[in-house]
Amino acid sequence: MATNQTTRTNSGTAKYSGSWGKAEVLHLLRRVQCGVKYEDISYFQTKTMDQAIDEILNVSYTPPSPPINDYNARSLDPIIAAGATWVNDYNGQLNNYRRSSLKKWWMGQIINHDRTIREKMVLFWHNHFATEMRVIGWANFAYTNNALLRLNCLKNFKSLVKDITLDPAMLVYLNGERNTKSAPDENYSRELQELFTLGKGPESKYTENDVQTGAKVLTGWRINKTTGAVYFDDTRHDSTDKTFSSFYNNTTITGQSGANGVNELDDLLNMIFAQTEVSKHIVRKLYRWFVYYEIDNITEINVIAPLATLFRTSNFEIKPVLSALLKSEHFFDVANRGALIKSPIDFTAGLVRQYDIGFQPTTNFVDLYNSWNIFYNSATLQQQSIGDPPSVAGWSAYYQIPQFHELWINSDTLPNRNKITDGLVSYGYNINGFRVKINSLQFAEKFTNVRDPELLIDDLLEYLHTIPVSQDQQDYMRSILLSGQVQNHYWTDAWDDYANDKNNTTKQNIVSVRLIALLKYLMNLSEFQLS
Amino acid sequence: MKRRDFLKRVAPMSLLPFAINGQPIRAYGNILGANAEDLVETDNVLVLIQLNGGNDGLNTIVPLDQYSNLSSARPDVILPESKVLKFDGVSATGIHPSMSKIRNMYNDGKVHILQSVGYPNQNYSHFRSTDIWLTGSDSDQVYESGWVGRYLANEWPNYPNGFPNNEMEDPLAIQIGSIVSPVCQGPAVNMGFAISNPTNFYQLLSGNFGSTPDSFAGKELSYIRTVAHQSNEYAKKVKTAAESASNLSNLYPDENRLADQLKIVAQLIAGGLKTRVYVVTLGGFDTHANQVDATEGNETGYHAFLLETVSEAINAFQNDLELLKIDERVTGMTFSEFGRRIISNASTGTDHGAAAPLFMFGSKVKGGITGSNPTIPSSATANSNIEMQTDFRSIYSTILRNWFCLDEATSDSVLLQDFDPLDLLENGCTTTSIGKDKNQKAGDSFITNYPNPFGNSTNIKFYSDGSYVSIEIYNTEGRIVKSLINDVVSKGTHTISFDSSLLPTGTYYCKYQNGFIAQTRSLLKVQ
Repeated sequence: MATNQTTRTNSGTAKYSGSWGKAEVLHLLRRVQCGVKYEDISYFQTKTMDQAIDEILNVSYTPPSPPINDYNARSLDPIIAAGATWVNDYNGQLNNYRRSSLKKWWMGQIINHDRTIREKMVLFWHNHFATEMRVIGWANFAYTNNALLRLNCLKNFKSLVKDITLDPAMLVYLNGERNTKSAPDENYSRELQELFTLGKGPESKYTENDVQTGAKVLTGWRINKTTGAVYFDDTRHDSTDKTFSSFYNNTTITGQSGANGVNELDDLLNMIFAQTEVSKHIVRKLYRWFVYYEIDNITEINVIAPLATLFRTSNFEIKPVLSALLKSEHFFDVANRGALIKSPIDFTAGLVRQYDIGFQPTTNFVDLYNSWNIFYNSATLQQQSIGDPPSVAGWSAYYQIPQFHELWINSDTLPNRNKITDGLVSYGYNINGFRVKINSLQFAEKFTNVRDPELLIDDLLEYLHTIPVSQDQQDYMRSILLSGQVQNHYWTDAWDDYANDKNNTTKQNIVSVRLIALLKYLMNLSEFQLS
Repeated sequence: MKRRDFLKRVAPMSLLPFAINGQPIRAYGNILGANAEDLVETDNVLVLIQLNGGNDGLNTIVPLDQYSNLSSARPDVILPESKVLKFDGVSATGIHPSMSKIRNMYNDGKVHILQSVGYPNQNYSHFRSTDIWLTGSDSDQVYESGWVGRYLANEWPNYPNGFPNNEMEDPLAIQIGSIVSPVCQGPAVNMGFAISNPTNFYQLLSGNFGSTPDSFAGKELSYIRTVAHQSNEYAKKVKTAAESASNLSNLYPDENRLADQLKIVAQLIAGGLKTRVYVVTLGGFDTHANQVDATEGNETGYHAFLLETVSEAINAFQNDLELLKIDERVTGMTFSEFGRRIISNASTGTDHGAAAPLFMFGSKVKGGITGSNPTIPSSATANSNIEMQTDFRSIYSTILRNWFCLDEATSDSVLLQDFDPLDLLENGCTTTSIGKDKNQKAGDSFITNYPNPFGNSTNIKFYSDGSYVSIEIYNTEGRIVKSLINDVVSKGTHTISFDSSLLPTGTYYCKYQNGFIAQTRSLLKVQ
């Protein structure tokens, strides 16, 4: 992890006390949301940094209305009416359609997310406790997994690990439900240590024997496939004593029989969570999610270590750590701004949010789900299929040394990013006569400087890009708005003509043609990929 | 049925632009689709030189027989009569002294001057008039596609799906410094490849894409730019072409913004690009003030500098084409959104006007002048303007018919109106019977229909990637006459029947969208 020395930053977790203006609000929102809504900038500018971050972390745990039957026209559901939710109905015949409904719904949740960090954290935990819907099969389990992540996204990490261990989707995905004393299945025990808690850092020295022994602790859990209920079957549980390696101080978990067998899980988690590496592993992942992927020694000392300590002293509560990270001088350090490559979901949902793209009303749910599907599909083409990460390790952009986030961008995915921006800004996508598209005029109207081409370009770049573009590129953008003329008033006149006669299609067209060309150019620049 | 016979049955093709949900789309299309026969191959190239701002035509091509009225109308900018250059064998018409090279090219028969080009009901707004010129619309029409874009979409209807390919490896059109220009906008996508400026071109050749800040963000930006370059197939083709040819003319002037662009064009054509159209631009013609330098003489000043820039650049370019032995394949055309007012204003400049002359040049251009000198009133007022003699779309029609070798009906369908060609070019078209047009088939077609033309029904075959498909039929007025599919369709090829029994005969447009792919096809009901 070589770092260019001149880009080095020594800032740490001391509270940020620098200026709090538009640039800082934008930086914060880009990182904690999936695309910044224009109105949210001024909203948060009226708050202090503390107030802003406290509000962002104050997530609602009220579940959103669940995914519904959007598939009746293609496959008639004998029980669940079109438009009603299927999440409590266990009909294995419809899993394909329901998983698809769930993915569209999830994309919809992200597109419509509120001002808080919730959806970014749900996605974080989905990447961390990765499960694949196509492997889980049951749409219901995939939904309850999602609901679990949503409900615990900012609560207690240790409790979340326990809940995930007993989550039906995870029990199916990593074979926990098939882990019995006669035929132990090590799958979950391995990932619990390697991926979910300790990680693979140099200080994580659990042994192969620890994996096998852990698996014995975890025997006996099953799922009722008609209700989704998870239960403990003591006849399948290995009730012998389990002794772990010196890494775990040779801890022995006393075997328990009967219903008491369930208690061994707490013993196992207590033993694992006693290792400081757990806190460091999670803090590093949060760092890579919210700040940047490179963690050198100085960052490890100045940022990771103190936050890991805080994580442990606050008993693995998630919110204090995130609060400390987001309020740190390190987070707001200019050296760390604009360096995150947008994930495909960030990128696609971000387009909707940045441009405030309109959708059908929820009463028109089939079309609405089809519209959300445009963005799900685009993210999938960009190699991030929500609900179906490539493996239990999540997306490689968050762990693959040395490229990390750069893995999102290759000669296949980058043109796919340009395809959706070009498509949305020009003709849009026709869903049953409703056009999902960027309304360039409505968008431009949000900018108070819209009449002045130079200021408008400055404002657009400030909002849509994270780092400045060259003077050459700025001149070029101006020539787009001015059709090659040099005097700014030609744009001003055209805009005023439109603004004074908004229903005149010729006048609309004169300004929209130029705005569309400008936005298309701006989104095709490499700078647009950064967050 | 022969293509020609059949085309004669088509009703006059004055197709209006139309709108879907307030979003205008443009009719286009080769009516025969992939069934065309007796097609013409061409490797001819068009170079469009856009003079931004509205060139003062009266100080470019001077109506010497109107000189007296002209000097009273525009005393502050009038060129001294003695300084105006004359053409061989032409007494009444002269040219600005800065354009001696163009004058010489005219004398050599390589330049054709068209007098008073414009359109009815002149619009005086730069933006609107530029859009009219680039889209080819009437003054009161709004087209969102450009005339070149429609031509290219007609030629390669599958673009950009499956492009580049063996049939067409290169960009269809290259715009230097004018991504803004909608001239290459097709009915669904922009058909052009943009090079934002000559610096951008040389960056492309060198692989150095400009500086990035010394930060983590700069590091990632540099990575993304590299991938962006690697993933751009056309950038590679342009680079290869540029590397395989060099400019041969030593006439290219330094510090000439137009020559810098034309130099690249000559290099790319010589390097083997099959690109049909190049668009280059020169700005600054909006000479409201200080058009001339009165202290040094009205033949000097900023407008003189611009015209010299144009003249020297075109001359060097033509010389280069000849030395490279590609001159017979290339023709060029200048245009500007309007001319300027007859009278001069109080700031030694001129305000927005109407019709103006333009130049066509090239070895295959027939030398001469089309049109007569404009008439200058004896007491011109602020409202006096040059009347149009030639509609600019007649020139487009000439290029489409006699340079790009389209038949009349296809040319009309590109221009969306019927304009007769002018006698400007030696015939550059040789008809070959090559059966099905390879350009029509190049790339990936996601929707076809059979039969076409058809009577009471036609079968529409389309591909779905498993996601949402929308197929809608529109009439030439832009109204949906039938919505065939608006739903998620399973992956694979499907066929549906379009029942047209209740519809009048004529042209219809079938618009297909599946995921991130959009294609448009023309359908023709004949009985």
